[in-house]
Amino acid sequence: MSANVAAHDDHHDHGPEKGIVRWIVTTNHKDIGTLYLAFALVMFFVGGTMALIIRSELFEPGMQFVDPQFFNSMTTMHALVMVFGAVMPAFVGLANWQIPMMIGAPDMALPRMNNMSFWMLVAGVLLLASTLFMEGGAPAGGWTLYPPLVLQTGDALPFAIFSVHLLGISSIMGAINVIATIFNMRAPGMTLMKMPLFVWTWLITAFLLIAIMPVFAGAVTMLLTDRFFDTSFFDAAGGGDPVLYQHIFWFFGHPEVYVMILPTFGVASTIIPVFARKPLFGYASMVYATAAIAFLSFIVWAHHMFTVGMPVAGELYFMYATMLIAVPTGVKIFNWTATMWKGAMTFETPMLFSIAFVVLFTMGGFTGLMMAVAPVDFQYHDTYFIVAHFHYTLVPASIFILMAAGYFWLPKWTGNMYNERIGKLHFWLSAISVNILFFPQHFLGLAGMPRRIPDYAVQFADWNMISSIGAFIYGFSQLLFVYIVIDTIRGGTGEKVTDEVWEDAKKHSLEWTLPSPPPYHSFTTPPEKIPTEHF
Amino acid sequence: MTAPVREFMRHEYDHCLNKRFTAVANLSYCSKMIFRDDGFDGIIIFTSLLLQMGGYSVKKTMQLFASFVLLMLGLGKADAAYTLNLTQGVTKISNELYDLHMLILWICVAIGIAVFGTMFYSIYHHRKSKGHQAAQFHENTTVEIVWTIIPTLILIGMAIPATKAVIDLDDIEDTEMSIKVTGWQWKWEYEYLDTGIHFFSSLDEESNQARQIGSGIDPKSVPNYLLNVDKPLVIPTKTKIRFLFTAADVIHSWWVPALGWKKDTNPGFINEAWTYVEEAGTYRGQCAELCGRDHGFMPIVVIAKEPQEYARWVEEQKALATAAANAAEQEWSKTDLIEKGEALYVNNCASCHMADGAGIDGTFPALTGSAIVTGDMNGQVELMLNGKDMMPAFGTMFNPVEFAAVATYIRNGLGNNVGDSIQPSEIKDLQASLAD
Repeated sequence: MSANVAAHDDHHDHGPEKGIVRWIVTTNHKDIGTLYLAFALVMFFVGGTMALIIRSELFEPGMQFVDPQFFNSMTTMHALVMVFGAVMPAFVGLANWQIPMMIGAPDMALPRMNNMSFWMLVAGVLLLASTLFMEGGAPAGGWTLYPPLVLQTGDALPFAIFSVHLLGISSIMGAINVIATIFNMRAPGMTLMKMPLFVWTWLITAFLLIAIMPVFAGAVTMLLTDRFFDTSFFDAAGGGDPVLYQHIFWFFGHPEVYVMILPTFGVASTIIPVFARKPLFGYASMVYATAAIAFLSFIVWAHHMFTVGMPVAGELYFMYATMLIAVPTGVKIFNWTATMWKGAMTFETPMLFSIAFVVLFTMGGFTGLMMAVAPVDFQYHDTYFIVAHFHYTLVPASIFILMAAGYFWLPKWTGNMYNERIGKLHFWLSAISVNILFFPQHFLGLAGMPRRIPDYAVQFADWNMISSIGAFIYGFSQLLFVYIVIDTIRGGTGEKVTDEVWEDAKKHSLEWTLPSPPPYHSFTTPPEKIPTEHF
Repeated sequence: MTAPVREFMRHEYDHCLNKRFTAVANLSYCSKMIFRDDGFDGIIIFTSLLLQMGGYSVKKTMQLFASFVLLMLGLGKADAAYTLNLTQGVTKISNELYDLHMLILWICVAIGIAVFGTMFYSIYHHRKSKGHQAAQFHENTTVEIVWTIIPTLILIGMAIPATKAVIDLDDIEDTEMSIKVTGWQWKWEYEYLDTGIHFFSSLDEESNQARQIGSGIDPKSVPNYLLNVDKPLVIPTKTKIRFLFTAADVIHSWWVPALGWKKDTNPGFINEAWTYVEEAGTYRGQCAELCGRDHGFMPIVVIAKEPQEYARWVEEQKALATAAANAAEQEWSKTDLIEKGEALYVNNCASCHMADGAGIDGTFPALTGSAIVTGDMNGQVELMLNGKDMMPAFGTMFNPVEFAAVATYIRNGLGNNVGDSIQPSEIKDLQASLAD
């Protein structure tokens, strides 16, 4: 038999399964990417509803709506759902869609594991959500699950812990897949230092995930045995130490927050050059800065615990190490600014969200630097100042960039153009309201309002009310995004987009050389040449 | 939906709207509905809770804007004074930290102006619509080295005063007196190690009533709402005081912004901190580490008095302690115990077991009709002395009179009618045996 016939047999392009089965059994990177993104969007609204319950209760002094215990459940669940249900899955969704297309591969390296990792995520999040309906309520000790408080959780505790295990396994599988894909499936000629930055940041993120998720799983397993099997890891009465948990948790927790921001950097570094019509400034230094930030993230964990009672040497070390993070982070911000400098910029919705990201993330960076200074953190710690800080680095940073990514790639994914006017409306409503929502929280924290309280002294009333108003505007504005996504999938403006969608996008990255929408198996033959714009 | 279910739902729903534990009741009720017979109804109630919140917020927002407009027109006045910045505080350390805070803030502002200024200049001038042609440079080693080194130098400049402040905060030498602070769910225990003065400090009664759901009391009408306690911590001015921190149950954090720091209280471990207050005055703070349901309701009040006045206060406290010890030796009537016990119950027990003793289903057990309360007196007293699960051990939290009063009240109030009572002297013996 000739080789020709065999090749024909192997390469008949079997399309997706029909109907619902397609989505359950799929091993296709685009289908799984879509599942991740859709799931993340739903969870964004679930977590958002919890945030609005919190902001409703905080609208005015006095208790109006919820019991304090339920309020604590809401702050805890809001964080867990947003971190593990919305932001992380959304970036895994982007990785699934984009990495094979950006490196010139047909699919992810481990497609069956890809499917399994998605459905374990769904199982984990549903298990977590089910704790809301259990005797004693959902976990209410904060997303950090500090003992001894978390051990007072009712029936929900083991379910929450198993949910963390499932989410951890799911993340690790996703990370292994990303690494295997990037190491094995790059197009010929695409050396590591010619990969798009989104791919680079995800590669580093994947290593972070593999390093930290087992640590978190271990920490919560110790909680489980402390509660049910009479161990005393975190109980002084049995020779343990509750502070030990905090060290272990933040050894996971600090890299974890970078898991949510490094891919954000990657997307911003992808979008800004396209709309500035310029190569990215300082490609190599971007890669090194990302790696430096990732490395530093492992050696700064105790800056989350400056007031826990550490020796002076510990305070000083963690302060110096944390302040160092400002250097590579600064490099990134300067590079983005230099990329815009002397460009020929246009301001479509993805660019607007990306610019807002650079500005507002920088503000989150400033407050981060302030809190890195250990002695003043004795005032800032556990107040609304930190609430403002990490929301600035998550909402107008990670979430804004996820929105930018949606607007940037939806035309590629669907072949349809989104409605630019509604997109811009969505941007301006979001950008203004997110500042009404979070900026006043700096004032509240400095004025002395602790975080995680359901009610407050009357001198905090005005800024809380303004913050809540911002929350409602921001929350409801996001419905516009849902509308745009559905509308674009169903045809959008009716205008069919070109392969490269954005002017000269082909020069920047490989996905724009594929048709819009791209074929089911992205690159069945390796691309002939790879873009060299940035080098 | 069957008629009995509808009736039950209506009843529960009214209950939810009118009573203090709206959401827990709502949620536990929703879960029963969803998982037992009528999932749809559960979801309807949950949705109605959300709508209720939304409607309330809209109404209040309109009021806010109305008052804002009046304010602009010069017809109204601002409600409450608010602060934008960190307090300077009343100690040398707190001032040092304030200066450090301002230094870093201004550095950040300066960097922000430079970076954002450059960016917005570029956004304004380097746009395609203005016909600007894109340059194609993509690296410049000199620039990249400069913007790595300059931030590093700025950071070193910040680290020097910061290091000094860390060392100052830790300077625990030469203290003149020590106070041990123990965090409890949800109150503070203070022990003056030099004079033996010992008491608990919890949220004041007025705030406590106003903060209940559906209390109908406007928090703005309560002086120092949520920042007032029944018994403040009194310290002398111009004295270097050492604080020792620990906790009885979970981790708390003791924070008075005017002193400049907070410190976690870890169960089973001791943390240290110190202060030296220059000026007499009242300084307020709160627990800063999430510690359970009433984390938001365990404020701290520190009253700094001039040394002579402080000495007078110490004498008063000693006299009170002697009087309490004498009271424990006396025979108390059941009526007196119940009367005293009721007030103590409201302050110490009602936040979990509820003012009417009904508890919260699934979280805090009811006392009304409870097998332990209506059973043998010793069983109840033992549980109160030692605590159980989330319930703290009240063994040392109450003096013998208070303990006997609460124990007697619970058995004869809250819808219970056991009829017996216990004497403070008996409690004293039990407490003594507990100490062994």
